[in-house]
Amino acid sequence: MGFKSSPQKYSASINEVVIGTGDKAIKLGGENVKPLYSFDAEIVNAPKVGVEITDEGYDKTVASLAAYYAGCETMADIAKKAAAMPGADFLAINLDGADPNGANKSVDECAAIVSEVAAVVDLPLAIVGCKSAEKNSELFNKIADILQGKNVLFISCKEENYKNVAASAGLAYNQKICAESAVDINLAKQMNVLISQMGLKADTYVMNVGSAAAGYGFEYVVSTMDRIKDAALGQNDAQLQMPIVTPVSSETWGVKETIVTEEDYPEWGSRDDRAVQMEVCTAAACLVSGSNAVILRHPESVATISKMIAALM
Amino acid sequence: MALKGLDIFKLTPKKNCKECGSPTCMAFSMKVAQGAAAIEQCPHMSEEALAKLSEATAPPMKTITVGVGETEHKLGGETVLYRHEKTYVSKTMYGVWVCEGCFDGKIDGIKAVDYDRIGERMYVEMLNCKFTGDVAKYVELVKKADAAARTVILDCDDVAAAEAALEAIAASKPILNGANAANYADMNAVAAKYGVVLGVSAANLDELYDTVAALEAAGNKNLILDVTGADVKETFANAVQVRRAALKNQDRTFGYPSIVNLHKIAEGDATLQTALASVFTMKYGSVIVMDGMSYAQALPMYGLRQNVFTDPQKPMKVEPGIYPLNGADENSVCVTTVDFALTYFTVNGELERSGVPMNLLISDAGGLSVLTSWAAGKFSAGSIAKFMAEFEIESKIKNRTLIIPGKVAVLKGELEDKLPGWTIVVAPNEATGLVPFMKEYK
Repeated sequence: MGFKSSPQKYSASINEVVIGTGDKAIKLGGENVKPLYSFDAEIVNAPKVGVEITDEGYDKTVASLAAYYAGCETMADIAKKAAAMPGADFLAINLDGADPNGANKSVDECAAIVSEVAAVVDLPLAIVGCKSAEKNSELFNKIADILQGKNVLFISCKEENYKNVAASAGLAYNQKICAESAVDINLAKQMNVLISQMGLKADTYVMNVGSAAAGYGFEYVVSTMDRIKDAALGQNDAQLQMPIVTPVSSETWGVKETIVTEEDYPEWGSRDDRAVQMEVCTAAACLVSGSNAVILRHPESVATISKMIAALM
Repeated sequence: MALKGLDIFKLTPKKNCKECGSPTCMAFSMKVAQGAAAIEQCPHMSEEALAKLSEATAPPMKTITVGVGETEHKLGGETVLYRHEKTYVSKTMYGVWVCEGCFDGKIDGIKAVDYDRIGERMYVEMLNCKFTGDVAKYVELVKKADAAARTVILDCDDVAAAEAALEAIAASKPILNGANAANYADMNAVAAKYGVVLGVSAANLDELYDTVAALEAAGNKNLILDVTGADVKETFANAVQVRRAALKNQDRTFGYPSIVNLHKIAEGDATLQTALASVFTMKYGSVIVMDGMSYAQALPMYGLRQNVFTDPQKPMKVEPGIYPLNGADENSVCVTTVDFALTYFTVNGELERSGVPMNLLISDAGGLSVLTSWAAGKFSAGSIAKFMAEFEIESKIKNRTLIIPGKVAVLKGELEDKLPGWTIVVAPNEATGLVPFMKEYK
């Protein structure tokens, strides 16, 4: 007797997209099984973990983060320290400060920050824009130019700015871009179709299909990713076979569970611990739903998630 | 194999008597095939037909009930592998691993995590009592665990110890997680004697399959499968393959709920346990046992569980009422939005972040988002005015300013007519604009 195992291997597979250059370059996607199902067939490229740093320095209100980055004075220091986190596969530079509704840093100022980081780090880079799609077009155009040859990932282009981003960062400077949509399989597919119509090859872009922190409508994320992987692998839908990159930290560090202080919610305990658990729980849920890479902020989250990925491969 | 509607129809009396509640036998057969009706609802089925059908139409995964009263929980009974296909029915239960030496140190922390989130009680539902060799001490441990009003899992492969523990707490219907290839016959006798659910574990899936088959042959179909393997990878492979065999390949031998014991595969690493609990909540753990449960772990895990196990056809709603934020009192400004949980949480989070004291007024908008409920007529000047009257807002709150979502700015004029004396202010379209808006407003 015994159990009759029936591995579920698909003939279709997720596209393989390379970010970065040289020894440290990473490959996203490539698998032909459901997320993390390494028992069905070998997963050619394990999911990757990115470390998020921002143009505004590190969050000094979180004691453990402040302790980790203690002594870092320049963006170069912060970048080196972030890249040294055990488990870090790539570095994501968040340019929140460029937001016209925020600090409104100029394109040149942001480009200088990125150059400073790129000069000291050999990990692959992802450039995460600010909330303004319009500003991102300008930012990405400039940064794609100065980082030519580094094979950088630009996160992300949306419906409002995909033409500019795809044409400049994607086509003119041969960088990688990320198509962003808001937790809906049809919107995700539409963005991919639009980008492919711009002439980008399938192995030059990835997608961010949207995310949420655990407890904040995560069921939509699960079902969107489940259905995308079903379509990509089961129905060989070429317009949904892009690897998924999910910026997790930008969601989880903004929710109540992470923000409120221990003085206000003494029974909830240490804010540092809450921030890490929220980040880790959400990242694991994203990976098991289909993310090929997640972007995290805290060193403990990065270490834990990369340990979990390694244990599952 | 699942039967088609036509196969079932052939076995019906074809009288269209309507006694089952369906207009025709064909309609009834179709319902049975979809699982929407039970074959027993037809009073005219022959014995042979019933026997043939009840086996074939039985759900692919059994629903197992554990505990009694307050500690009663249903496990399993799932029909789909992905929630968008239909819905998940039995949410994952979280348990904490305890032993004689560590129980007293852990129990206060376990009890401290007990709160309400959108109408659901969030707490550690189960206590996994590990047998470590001393029967008398074990009985003491399980009594203490039982007294904590949680469902007890007897993590014990020693037949005599299991019997002693059950002698003490069998009335609470614990799970006896102790059967394996070597002892299953004796364990089965104990489980049967005390009428409790039997947990089965094995060195690998082959052995698990054969042990379950042997227990089923002995007449026990009240089982739960401990899918914990030697490491993380094997455990994940087991959990997925067992569930997939049951639901996709209709192999009923594996049609039981599962237990995943993170103490065995990630002992001492609480953060890794959070990550794995997240993985196994999504992929097929019916019960997840952890070393502990801090508030920091519980907040995201229970939130995730609540999300994943909601019925896709029923939106999550929060209770209508007055929610004072940031130390608001009767003089604080009023803000309103809909009762759709996702909207509420997003808006609530941003409003709290602004630090401005205010009264958040949530009216019944059918659990829909702002624009959807407005379009459906469930979030209108009329519905807001009705809510204000029903909840006697004017006598409870002295402030006379109401801030409404930017997306329903169109309601401003009508609201001013319906709520004389109130100033209506329009907020930004998106929640992300609320923090600067409220700070400026203040």
